Amino acid sequence: MSPVIAVENLSKKYIIGHQKQERYTTLRDVLANGAKRFAHKLIHPFAAPENDPTHEEFWALKDISFDIQQGDRVGIIGRNGAGKSTLLKILSRITEPTIGKVKIKGRVASLLEVGTGFHPELTGRENIFLNGAILGMSNAEIRKKFDEMVAFAEVEKFLDTPVKRYSSGMYVRLAFAVAAHLEPEVLVVDEVLAVGDAEFQKKCLGKMSEVGSEGRTVLFVSHNMNAIEQLCKAAMLLDRGEIRHFSADVREVVKEYLFGTHGGRTVGHWLNSGGEFSNPWFKPLKFQITDEQGNGIVMPVRNDQEIWVTLEAEITELDPALTIGYAIYTDDGTPLYWSYQTDGAEHKWPRLEKGTCTLRSKIPSRLFNEGDYRLELLGGLHYREWLFEPGKSVPSITLQIRGGLSDSPYWMVRRPGILAPALGWEVAR
Amino acid sequence: MDNQRLLVIEAGRAERHYWKDLWRYHELFYFLAWRDILVRYKQTVIGLAWALIRPFLTMVVFVVVFSKLAKLPSEGVPYPILVFAALLPWQFFSSAFSSAGDSLISNAGMISKVYFPRLVIPTSAVIVSFVDFLISGIILVGLMLWYGFAPDWRIITLPFFIFIAFAAAMGAGLWIAALNVKYRDMRYIIPFVVQFGLYVSPVGFSSAIVPEQWRLLYSLNPMVGVIDGFRWAILGGNTQLYWPGFLLSLFLVLVILVTGIVYFRKTEKTFADVI
Repeated sequence: MSPVIAVENLSKKYIIGHQKQERYTTLRDVLANGAKRFAHKLIHPFAAPENDPTHEEFWALKDISFDIQQGDRVGIIGRNGAGKSTLLKILSRITEPTIGKVKIKGRVASLLEVGTGFHPELTGRENIFLNGAILGMSNAEIRKKFDEMVAFAEVEKFLDTPVKRYSSGMYVRLAFAVAAHLEPEVLVVDEVLAVGDAEFQKKCLGKMSEVGSEGRTVLFVSHNMNAIEQLCKAAMLLDRGEIRHFSADVREVVKEYLFGTHGGRTVGHWLNSGGEFSNPWFKPLKFQITDEQGNGIVMPVRNDQEIWVTLEAEITELDPALTIGYAIYTDDGTPLYWSYQTDGAEHKWPRLEKGTCTLRSKIPSRLFNEGDYRLELLGGLHYREWLFEPGKSVPSITLQIRGGLSDSPYWMVRRPGILAPALGWEVAR
Repeated sequence: MDNQRLLVIEAGRAERHYWKDLWRYHELFYFLAWRDILVRYKQTVIGLAWALIRPFLTMVVFVVVFSKLAKLPSEGVPYPILVFAALLPWQFFSSAFSSAGDSLISNAGMISKVYFPRLVIPTSAVIVSFVDFLISGIILVGLMLWYGFAPDWRIITLPFFIFIAFAAAMGAGLWIAALNVKYRDMRYIIPFVVQFGLYVSPVGFSSAIVPEQWRLLYSLNPMVGVIDGFRWAILGGNTQLYWPGFLLSLFLVLVILVTGIVYFRKTEKTFADVI
């Protein structure tokens, strides 16, 4: 059987300007640059044409080829900037590839954003029709599915209320309901389950696997590894525009994504390779798991070992709102907790000073279970902005815990559960 | 459904399905236009009446300035009707031009998130202006009743001139919409063109007052042909159509429309990347 989607040597190039943030140009700049180049040519008629230093090529996708069979549900994972969204945009014909070819059998519907084209002034009913038309449904199709959509979104009572008065949950439910009732042969979905409450996310996942079981093909981008594992039959790991791993063993691919050793991230410690992650406040130099003396430790560690999360950073600008910490995740991506240096009472906060500074925090022993954990550096200005935002390509390290679970002769092996605290027991008097 | 339909995505490939797709999305024209009209008149006190008040007041000012103060000739018809027969196509053109120009930018979210033939967006902007045009046509009927003015047989040719006005608005709208995505300084050009165009088009006066030797040159402004055509069809009787000028304008309208479509089709693939 020939594949539903066949991608051959696909590449996409973007030109990024360094001087300004905007992607668009103004006629004024075009004229000015043209005049400059012309003048340069007049003065140095034989000089080689200058390379424009303000523009740089950036290959968002590099020579990607793969096939997807009918009825496959494929999860696409990768860090920010790995090319996931670009791939989806090409498949859904929003943008054109620079090189290469894609062949798709049948109708493609893409859901890159929930509620595209929703207008706040229009009522729920009006928005269903509008959004449906934008997604490519015909009027008759929308009419046929209308009741089903409304029931799915649970907004019967508010159909004639402008959506600007909707709660954000209702808004998202309505938007997803419209999209979920598309009936294309290929459905392309980008990170839309990140919104809505847990109940609704469950419903969405259910709907998506239903779509898949009807023999339709689903491509799904997400940072939610749980969703990928539950929903997908295969997974593709993208890294800087290339396919790192594409396999039907979803768990394996997810694991490689979370704990992969490529890209300068080494298990147990992270070193700044140069000018990475500069911001006006601080620049991380080393982020690692150490012992009490600050020496790096070889993984895995025992659960009763004393271990510290240590960050060496160069602080360039002091700000009372500066918060630095870490987030810890299990190997399927579930966050366990966040911790900041400012978690205690204000007078007990560690005093940061300009220059190189080492911050550390002890990881409670015998709290976690045996397993692999991922630590991400967090940083920000309290209530102002993120410097290191969770999930967004920040320095991350791996903590592996093996053995040392308890002192008890009855507890030697891994128990079920995310945590495995060795708690004290006593007889109450 | 059409399971066997094979879609090929490739760099620089002329989209063979484009016009078919445009038909498949024909309901979207209607929905977008409907949305814009609905949104415009929500939370307004007098709603649709705005589409009547604006052209009416503009007409009053023009009549006062050109007829009462400047004492320009009226070709034997009531001056308000002379003005309004020109104001209709001009307002249609200018509002279509400016709303089509902004349409892609203001729908940037849709463009970067969903595929559909991009031609739908500026076209529905023009359709919205066309609806306004039809509504303000009521004023013209009212003026005719008020002055007891009956048009002659030429009125049946009016749809043809409306079609030309539509083509001019579409062509100019597509050009400005596509350029506006790429060069944001177009947004300064749009109001300028609209204002400047009002002065260089024979809206407040009859183009018959332009000296004979300049009329062909004057017709280089395509709106001259459109407006003269409207006056010829509506006012009937004494109005003469200056044929060389009209044909020149007609030709220019077609050139603008065809090049507009070509340029738009050529650039629309990169819209999502630059918007």
